[in-house]
Amino acid sequence: MASLLEVRNLQTSFSTASGVVRAVDGVSWDVREGETVALVGESGCGKSVSALSVMRLVAEPAGRIEGGQILFKGRDLLLLSDEEMRHVRGREIAMIFQEPMTSLNPVLTIGRQLTEGLEIHMKMAREPAQARAIELLGMVGIPDPARRLGQYPHHFSGGMRQRMMIAMALACNPSLILADEPTTALDVTIQAQILELLKDLSRRLGVAMLIITHNLGVVARYADRVNVMYAGRIIEQASAGDLYGDPQHPYTLGLLRSVPRLDEPRRAHLAPIEGQPPDLTRLPPGCAFAPRCAFRVERCAEAVPPLRSLGSAEHLTACWEAERLVNRAAA
Amino acid sequence: MSDVLLEVRNLVKHFPVGGGMFGGPVATVRAVDDVSFTVRRGETVGLVGESGCGKTTTGRCILQLERPTSGQILFEGTDLITLPAEELRVLRRRIQVIFQDPFSSLNPRMTIGQILAEPLKVHRIIPEKTARAEKVQELLAQVGLLSQHADRYPHQLSGGQRQRVGIARALATEPSLIICDEPVSALDVSIQAQIINLLEELQSRLGLTYLFIAHDLSVVRHISDRVVVMYLGKIAEVADRTALYESPVHPYTRALLSAVPIPDPKLEASREHTVLRGEVPSPLNPPSGCVFHPRCPIAEPRCSAEIPLLREIHPEHRGACHLA
Repeated sequence: MASLLEVRNLQTSFSTASGVVRAVDGVSWDVREGETVALVGESGCGKSVSALSVMRLVAEPAGRIEGGQILFKGRDLLLLSDEEMRHVRGREIAMIFQEPMTSLNPVLTIGRQLTEGLEIHMKMAREPAQARAIELLGMVGIPDPARRLGQYPHHFSGGMRQRMMIAMALACNPSLILADEPTTALDVTIQAQILELLKDLSRRLGVAMLIITHNLGVVARYADRVNVMYAGRIIEQASAGDLYGDPQHPYTLGLLRSVPRLDEPRRAHLAPIEGQPPDLTRLPPGCAFAPRCAFRVERCAEAVPPLRSLGSAEHLTACWEAERLVNRAAA
Repeated sequence: MSDVLLEVRNLVKHFPVGGGMFGGPVATVRAVDDVSFTVRRGETVGLVGESGCGKTTTGRCILQLERPTSGQILFEGTDLITLPAEELRVLRRRIQVIFQDPFSSLNPRMTIGQILAEPLKVHRIIPEKTARAEKVQELLAQVGLLSQHADRYPHQLSGGQRQRVGIARALATEPSLIICDEPVSALDVSIQAQIINLLEELQSRLGLTYLFIAHDLSVVRHISDRVVVMYLGKIAEVADRTALYESPVHPYTRALLSAVPIPDPKLEASREHTVLRGEVPSPLNPPSGCVFHPRCPIAEPRCSAEIPLLREIHPEHRGACHLA
């Protein structure tokens, strides 16, 4: 299937007091029409900055997109004027943020926040925009939508606010939604509701989705393909089935082994990944994961391993010792 | 000595919600509403539930950081609520806490060494300075930190290292009971397992008892011997780990378990998901009868009329459901 969004060799960096941080360092991934792709990793791995770069919302002047291409329906978003980019944001690519309270305007009514985009992007008049807003709220499962239009975000619970964010994202029929930790701030039972809603709507409306998360369970339940990030780079790229069934990078394997699972007998001890997360201002010259890696060899400290295939073109890993890891898992 | 270290009896904590500027309280939040459970010496009891269920308030009442509206908190048989301040101070040393957020629970202007020396000084455990510095070194080693960490400030440490400092500080007064309030939920996945292993290792080495408050059911199953499930200020179910996870009797527990995504796409595709309707109602105005009935997939008419008692369904397995 054709790529809807193709990110090629994206580099985004931030200048900080302690030096330049390469938050995203030469990353390539794509999202095809109608599918759900996940960017997974821990805090600071560059997953959110990747999405913000796609939207060209990286905070300047500290942050800067240094290079690469972001091809959306064949057009490079990095070459668009600010005016052209505004038509893409919200209209063609929408974003859902983690904290719905801070990403909604507290002094505008729910109705106004929903109709604003419709009026600007879709050139709708007030009345049809209102009608569409009511339809959207109903679609995301907010009861009594007509009355809700006059309310403010603080009248809504966390789960309802996230539903409202989803309604806003869907308003202009975008072809892609970037969801940055959409359920992390929510309780388990509400998280399940919101994820089911997102999955159902994206499938029904044929919207492609990029889910950014640190939760491996969420990825397993909802993503078709997965990119695992570590210290600004993609270290493994595969379909969800392959990634979980046949992990080819020590970090992926470590993440999967370190979480207790409800479906497995309880283990006496968890197998954590040793050491501390990397300091992005002082990354080692070779593989950033090497200091914590059980498969480390001399070469790992010398050269950055490129993403490569061990056979399947759809499954890539950035590890010099991937063959040894796979053979050991098979043995 | 009795087997029971801590007994919470009919604990109630209501927070008045103020009216106008001069008005008295106009409503009451029933944060904890008649909660009773015991914690045996050396075991880990998990306290789970979603935000607003009263798990943290229960922990704070045990720590005497919150004055309960009524009920008893018996620590080794002594009721902490009625204890005179001076005696409480002595006893309170033996109950410590580890907080969720290691960023905001450490004083940013103190070095790690000073943070760890503070409880030793305040509780007059080691009045002499050099001896205190030695104890600080011992505490650092116990939680897997290096001696040079004593001179660092909290901001110079990673999240996982900060949580280790939080644990070391709790250990300083040689407690019997540690209330762990979401100790790993602010940490990265790869670090969570390190901290959980550390907590378990300390427990077996020092004979500690934990009340482990958390919302992550997989983590709670891993660490707990027994589990208490709370919903809207009340206990829904109490059982040992295996019984609770393998044969839950309360529909809320079942829904919680089914909501946890499992990191295995094949399994996820075939798994039944019970998605609960609606949201947790406001504790200002809890539903009549069983507080869970508006969201319950199997509710019957009597569920909205009669409050279900927490009763023994199987030996050592209690549930508050008419239909269990």
